[in-house]
Amino acid sequence: MRSALVIGGGANGLACAFRLAKGGARVTLIEAADEIGGGARTMEFAPGFRTSGLAHLVHGLDARAAKEMGLEDHGFTASAPLSTTLPGDTPITVSPRGEVTGTDSAAWDALHARLSRHAGRLAPFRTMRPPRLKGRQDWRKLAPTAFGLSRAGREDLRDLMRLALTNIADVAEDELTDPRLQGLLAFDATLGAWAGPRSPGTLLLYLNRLAMGDVRLPAGGMGALATAMARATEAAGVTIRTGTRAERLIVEEGRAVGALLSSGEEVRAATIVSALCPQATLLQLAGAPALDTGIVRRARNMPFRGAAAKIHLAIEGDPGLGDLTHRIVLAPSVDHVERAFNPVKYGEVPAEPVLEITCPSAHDPSLAPEGRHVLSIIAQFAPHAPKDPAAAASAFKEAVWRVLEAAAPGLRSRTLHEELLMPSDIEARYGLKGGSWHHGDFAVERMLFLRPFEEAAGYAAPLPGLWLASAGSHPGGGVTGTAGWNAAEQVLRAA
Amino acid sequence: MKDLHDTARPWERPLLRSPFHPRMEALNRHSSWAPWSGWLSALDYGDTEMEVSAIRNTATLYDLSPMVKYRVAGPGAEAMLDRLTLRNVAKLKPGRVQYTGWCDDDGKLLDDGTLFRLGPEEFRLCCQERHLPWLLDSAIGFDVAVEEVTEEIAALSLQGPCSASVLRAAGFDIEALKPFQHDTQGGILISRTGFTGDLGYELWTGADAALPLWDRLMEAGAPWHLRPVGSTALDIARIEAGFIVAGTDFIPAEQALREDRVLSPLELGLGWMIDWEKGHFTGRRALAAEREGNTSRWALVGLEVEGNVAAEGAIVYRGKRREVGTVTSAIWSPTTKQSLALALVEAKHAASPDLWVEIYAMRELRYAKLMQRARPAPRPFFSPARRRATPPGAV
Ligand SMILES: Cc1cc2nc3c(=O)[nH]c(=O)nc-3n(C[C@H](O)[C@H](O)[C@H](O)COP(=O)(O)OP(=O)(O)OC[C@H]3O[C@@H](n4cnc5c(N)ncnc54)[C@H](O)[C@@H]3O)c2cc1C
Repeated sequence: MRSALVIGGGANGLACAFRLAKGGARVTLIEAADEIGGGARTMEFAPGFRTSGLAHLVHGLDARAAKEMGLEDHGFTASAPLSTTLPGDTPITVSPRGEVTGTDSAAWDALHARLSRHAGRLAPFRTMRPPRLKGRQDWRKLAPTAFGLSRAGREDLRDLMRLALTNIADVAEDELTDPRLQGLLAFDATLGAWAGPRSPGTLLLYLNRLAMGDVRLPAGGMGALATAMARATEAAGVTIRTGTRAERLIVEEGRAVGALLSSGEEVRAATIVSALCPQATLLQLAGAPALDTGIVRRARNMPFRGAAAKIHLAIEGDPGLGDLTHRIVLAPSVDHVERAFNPVKYGEVPAEPVLEITCPSAHDPSLAPEGRHVLSIIAQFAPHAPKDPAAAASAFKEAVWRVLEAAAPGLRSRTLHEELLMPSDIEARYGLKGGSWHHGDFAVERMLFLRPFEEAAGYAAPLPGLWLASAGSHPGGGVTGTAGWNAAEQVLRAA
Repeated sequence: MKDLHDTARPWERPLLRSPFHPRMEALNRHSSWAPWSGWLSALDYGDTEMEVSAIRNTATLYDLSPMVKYRVAGPGAEAMLDRLTLRNVAKLKPGRVQYTGWCDDDGKLLDDGTLFRLGPEEFRLCCQERHLPWLLDSAIGFDVAVEEVTEEIAALSLQGPCSASVLRAAGFDIEALKPFQHDTQGGILISRTGFTGDLGYELWTGADAALPLWDRLMEAGAPWHLRPVGSTALDIARIEAGFIVAGTDFIPAEQALREDRVLSPLELGLGWMIDWEKGHFTGRRALAAEREGNTSRWALVGLEVEGNVAAEGAIVYRGKRREVGTVTSAIWSPTTKQSLALALVEAKHAASPDLWVEIYAMRELRYAKLMQRARPAPRPFFSPARRRATPPGAV
């Protein structure tokens, strides 16, 4: 490995650049924005109020990256794993280890243990190159995972096979009786997806979520995580250039050999890794003419249906939502989640969105002025391409307020500032096409060797010299660095 | 009676009628028709032997209108077609025609056809199969417009040793027109192209100008006994000329149901088309790997078969025992007085001197089973000097 150019300074680009540098490459990373981090950035959305601008919970941070980058040494700290509160007359609390309060706890425990077992067996797949659909197979790597699966014993395996393609609503309704716990499963399974709890394959999404482990709030917001990753990356010898956009790839004799930058400058490298959306990489950076027509088709057909909106609130005093160190989920039943999803299929706004609320300032008081708080909220589901974007945004905002006011009466009157990012705003600000959480829909038919599509699933792009390393590749989205790390392993192996 | 032309169910609709149909119908003594890409096309006009003989001895007209035609135009047309097809389109000058092919990503042939360069930024692509979705997707990233113009353009193929004389008599100036050149005269585009491997031309005009063109040619051609011919006769001529047909000699990659039935241009003897120097084109990487790894599995070969029976559908053997391929097209050639065949043979046996074909010939309700020696032979099997002579001789 001589030189490598990594395009995109999100968590994946940073993890990839770090790993390549450790592997002996001379690495340059370019990031279009003035600030590193992509979806992991801390923003001041109102004077004195700072919050994670998009992603707000550390979830599934790649263990290899966290350890080898020494993120703590570079100043990153996060809260203890969060409990989840489900408000109501008697609020239910779900501890990080999955223990719940309330009458349904035995059933929950059994289900949680069962699903966690399955998730644990699927987890190793996240940190490896997806197995190939056809052709040569790296069985040495695959065997332990396959073995792990078979050791699960016949009963367990059969249970997993039976569950794998089902929907989360069926499981929730079969195994639990408390509507709020059912609603929590439905919410967590569909968070970041373009799916309702009755959509097929949502159980698998839930297993993926469990495989990613617990959730924590970062001190200093998600930007602090990106900053620590950037420091580690620079310490490993990588040159990071922010405010530098790659306009086009330089393709010579059928091979990607460099990039033309917004400055007009050309950067050449033996290996080019793109840690931004696979579609934009192929169609805009490489350009259709450099690719085979079938690949252009595949890239064009990738769905980007983001359905999560982001809301930031600056609050005077206590928000009145209970224990602010918890993650709060407002999704009172499976039907609430399903009904919140139905309208977005038609580009419309739900009457009663479902919400994940965090309070970053409860963990890191420096994020808000004394006596005040910031709330960081993910609200689902918001249409990514409504007919009238302005009307949809204002209708969505009012719908969110109806839900919030019902949970915490008077909250709106104590709100000093608010910001709503619809999926299209997220696209404009963070470059996630369609507001898609995963740089392209994440669903059964877009996982493993089908992510982002078959011909590009092993991180090598269908253009020699180019590699794909964003959330659009296996194992999908989140501020984890896993796709980037996996991609770097493949690059180094191929060198 | 219900008018089926208006039915909402397209599969119930009668086949489309060529712009030449009124003339063709009047001459088609047996009403011998067959479908061709949704059009009604003449199989023969009552006497296939005479039609074949006319192709090689006098002059013939064949209705080409059902041929699928695309207009590709715009500043990016040349680059788009270079990325689509195997040959170097930058080298194709206006006024010229390329016989070319194009592949999918895996380097398997989608179709072959002729590419006309009508102007610096305008082309016409003619082929057997429909490809609009593929062409539109291949146009992404290029400043070019692609549209199907099959129905707008009527075309006649005028083939045979007297075809130049017929054109002269009809008032066209074709003296300087070389093979694979075209010229427009009085709204009619004349190309020196064809599917017979003989002296011949193709004439292209607007669908509304079709009948006057037919009449003009038939009238001018009367002294040479110009006659219309159908697909059966043409097919004999094209096998003599060694040309392949999509769906017959290869399965277009988009249509193959079985994964291993697709074929590369290298396997189909079209490797000469590939311009490895021109830059990227769809399928290039796969084809380069095939060439470098020498992994072609099949070879399309011409065979001269012993005896006088056409080897239609025959299995090809090496040493009479080992199955090594299949005949895709075969005829008794009245011109070369030989049994000729095109066959797909496993690449490693393609040049074997020990090839045989097993023919089942139906003779009055009994099969005669023949094992005949088959010698690989260069194509075309028949290639008269008049094919290339410019100016063409007066006969
Ligand atoms: C509403 C919402 C909430 C979310 N919440 C969470 C959460 O709580 N926790 C979590 O883990 N995940 C969350 N996510 C998902 C997470 O944000 C993404 O999956 C993650 O950011 C993907 O990381 P990445 O490195 O692949 O891409 P990105 O973070 O998108 O990084 C790509 C980078 O490339 C840069 N770039 C783009 N084009 C160019 C170019 N031409 N040249 C140079 N640079 C370029 C961009 O500026 C960007 O910095 C959320 C997503 C959404 C939409």
